[in-house]
Amino acid sequence: MAVTTYSGAEQYNFDIVKKFAIMSLVWAVIGMFVGVYIASELAWPFLNFDSPYFSFGRFRPVHTTTVIFGFGGSALFATSYYVVQRTCQTRLISDGMASFTFWGWMAIIVLADISYVLGHTQSREYAEMEWPIDILIEVVWVTYLILFVGTIMRRKQPHIYVANWFYLAFILATALLHTFNNLAMPIDLFSMKSYSLFSGTQDAMVQWWYGHNAVGFFLTAAFLGMMYYFVPKQAGRPIYSYRLSIVHFWALSFMYMWVGAHHLHWTALPDWTSSLAAAFSILLLMPSWGGMINGIMTLSGAWDKLRTDPVMRFMIVALSFYGMSTFEGPMMSLKEVNALSHYTDWTVGHVHSGALGWVAMITFGSLYHMMPKLWDTKIYSNKLVEAHFWLATIGIVLYIVAMWISGITQGLMWRSFDEFGNLQYSFVESVVAMMPFYAMRAIGGMFFLTGTVLMTVNMFMTIRQGKRESAALDARLAAKMAHA
Amino acid sequence: MEWLMWFSKPENTKPLALIIFFVTFIGIVIYVYGSKKRSAKLESYRDIPFLDDQPGDQDGTKDKQ
Repeated sequence: MAVTTYSGAEQYNFDIVKKFAIMSLVWAVIGMFVGVYIASELAWPFLNFDSPYFSFGRFRPVHTTTVIFGFGGSALFATSYYVVQRTCQTRLISDGMASFTFWGWMAIIVLADISYVLGHTQSREYAEMEWPIDILIEVVWVTYLILFVGTIMRRKQPHIYVANWFYLAFILATALLHTFNNLAMPIDLFSMKSYSLFSGTQDAMVQWWYGHNAVGFFLTAAFLGMMYYFVPKQAGRPIYSYRLSIVHFWALSFMYMWVGAHHLHWTALPDWTSSLAAAFSILLLMPSWGGMINGIMTLSGAWDKLRTDPVMRFMIVALSFYGMSTFEGPMMSLKEVNALSHYTDWTVGHVHSGALGWVAMITFGSLYHMMPKLWDTKIYSNKLVEAHFWLATIGIVLYIVAMWISGITQGLMWRSFDEFGNLQYSFVESVVAMMPFYAMRAIGGMFFLTGTVLMTVNMFMTIRQGKRESAALDARLAAKMAHA
Repeated sequence: MEWLMWFSKPENTKPLALIIFFVTFIGIVIYVYGSKKRSAKLESYRDIPFLDDQPGDQDGTKDKQ
């Protein structure tokens, strides 16, 4: 192995990492605020204000796009650029390309959010952007791929560290998914409207091949890349088993591609297709738990860090949620369970146990580790990190419990029959039964959002502190030089 | 080209795919865990994240040089 001594910011392009890290927090606050707002609309419908611009239907993709691609995407750009440079011990191959990915990605999020509010959508979940934005995504993403692969190719370290494998799988898979899911024909060159190249069952198949692999590669593999670098760094000890990480990578990458059809149980899809997807979903439990165990066991021999280090706590709780949601997912993919859970709030709860518990928590932990290092300082307030941790954890628990109760109640009400074989409840009765849980979910979201705001303030103060320390150091150095 | 028709039948391609993927997986597992020497080499890569550490990286007391 090659050993290179760190020689300051000139060795690496940290400017791009800083930009993406800051924007990740900005999008987190905006996206989660919109999430809390739409959750409140469901609990207190007057918040729709009878206006299409404020309606749940238009704000929902604003929420999902901003948190997944704005917050999550920016965090992935930031950490992947940081990790690839530090583990390959080389600078990104092009500062210009890196800058292009930043401005391009920011433009995509802004344009997408504005277009949704104005009513433009492809109606494809997590891919609602219309065709001009899709083309921009394609260009930015290919640039990202070239930049990442180019940097790996000129590495000084002969071995490619496993975190980079996960990041690369995420970039490649996302390129593939985005391209094929968005094949569409615009109705006019100057119109936002387009129609998908696929129709009927094929259209649904392609959409969920994309949808679930967006979860698998964007929200799982990529954040596992984050985990494989930042958990060992924060724990101060190497990953528990490198060999297990290799098996984890190949098994996960192979199996995820097959499971999308479990979103279409009991539909017009051929039965064997959904059975195949269910079988692979069950198999997926093994690599997922292998990865979770690998991450958690990294702390073996240093469990006291869980008591003393709030950043470590974020990471371990994230891994625990990863384990929980990757157990719940395969369970929900079983046809009999799915018959109860599908189309209910249980699915929404499951998604958020992964998105808040795993994705957001591992991101918070990684950013708390990385941002002070980028500005060459310490975290401004560990007490605020502690408060953030508890607000986030309580928020997630409130959210998930509310959605479990609400979802199972919905499922049971929809399948109840009276003695004459008629449906026992009307749909509206099930909606009324949900109201207390919608309020509980909104409150859970408020807790989570408050924690994120605290983190943003804490990181803003950390950056300011870093800049002040750096300025003071420069002034001392200048004074010394003047006296010399 | 008649032999290509064999691949158009799911009853042929399903077990074929199963064999290919299962053998590949077993191959990866044997590669990863099969040799003590290779295992030791693979495990040495665990330390890569720590190779370019800045001074004071671990205890958070960095020397601002």
